[in-house]
Amino acid sequence: MKNNRRSFIKLAGIAAAGLALAPKAMASGGGAAPVKVNATAIHAAHWAMVVDTTKLNTAEGIEKLAHVCHAIHNVPTIPNKQNEKWLWGAPYDEAFPEQENPHLSESVHTREYPLLCNHCVNPPCVRVCPTKATYQRPDGIVAMDYHRCIGCRYCMAGCPYGSRSFNWGEPRDYLDLKKLNAEYPTRMRGVVEKCNFCVERLAIGKLPACVEASEGALIFGDLNDPDSDVRKVLRERFTIRRKPTAGTEPSVYYII
Amino acid sequence: MKMHYGAPIIVGLVIFIGALCAPFVVGTAVTKTYKQPELKMPANEKECVESKEFMREKHMQLLNDWRDWALRDGKRTYTNHAGKEFTISLQNTCMKCHVSKADFCDKCHLDAGVSPYCWDCHVQPEGLK
Repeated sequence: MKNNRRSFIKLAGIAAAGLALAPKAMASGGGAAPVKVNATAIHAAHWAMVVDTTKLNTAEGIEKLAHVCHAIHNVPTIPNKQNEKWLWGAPYDEAFPEQENPHLSESVHTREYPLLCNHCVNPPCVRVCPTKATYQRPDGIVAMDYHRCIGCRYCMAGCPYGSRSFNWGEPRDYLDLKKLNAEYPTRMRGVVEKCNFCVERLAIGKLPACVEASEGALIFGDLNDPDSDVRKVLRERFTIRRKPTAGTEPSVYYII
Repeated sequence: MKMHYGAPIIVGLVIFIGALCAPFVVGTAVTKTYKQPELKMPANEKECVESKEFMREKHMQLLNDWRDWALRDGKRTYTNHAGKEFTISLQNTCMKCHVSKADFCDKCHLDAGVSPYCWDCHVQPEGLK
């Protein structure tokens, strides 16, 4: 073929058309990821919890729920200040330091309040995590990918609620290895851990373990659905959230 | 021309070359023919999540994708190339068929000299001691 201007322009035209079409042709080969949400999963636009502290307010009651939670998530009990906790209890002045006054009713002061990760709408832990090991799911749950945690503990500094625990040593040293939940992993030395609103249970259609064991004292549901259990309770009862001035918008509400 | 310190240099060279060749002469590390490890395959299941060849070469990529799909995207049902569905879980899917880490995972990993950190957190099917 003779090299002239006409044939050059023809070739250039074909090449340009090829460049425009190639990415689409390549993409159609791969297709979408072959995954979907479990058929049995329960869904919400934003998961939230209401704690009825008129029903659940003793150290023993909270300890019982913490035991259920810690047993299924393989959370160790370490008998010093390096303990791990996903669910625990505290008195009013620790739980709600901003909402205290010297003349609160006595029962409010003598109660113990169940505390857990608040799964904030604006989670500071997610903002400060340098590796995106902790992240907010579209359904509002603040989850963790322990594979990616480098143990910098920025999230622990960021969290205004003390909801996160660091594994200073091997957590397995303090777990009863005979009684592990074989369906859930443990953690390793050097990662931070916290409550995950039982994402692994929601994925198979179960409510969080503490809610199931609470005999109605914990109410769990979709905050964005006006007909959900949590919204019904929030409409009828007066509730407060922890440290409102932090601006984190917790998804855990307390009936006092 | 006379070689300065000729004798010690020659002796040193002989010792050095001898040491260099020793593994080929006396050792078995180099001369032993490599034998593929024998894995204990699941008794009741013939088909894995994907084909044998895919699993052999790419199980690490699959596990990597599975982790991100399950944790980040909340999608825990995987459909393989044959259209069969699997729940995405190392402990509750993979290790339900491969009932022993020691007889399956470790066999190749030890030979290949790799030490993946799966079991620092995940609980192996034979339990922990």
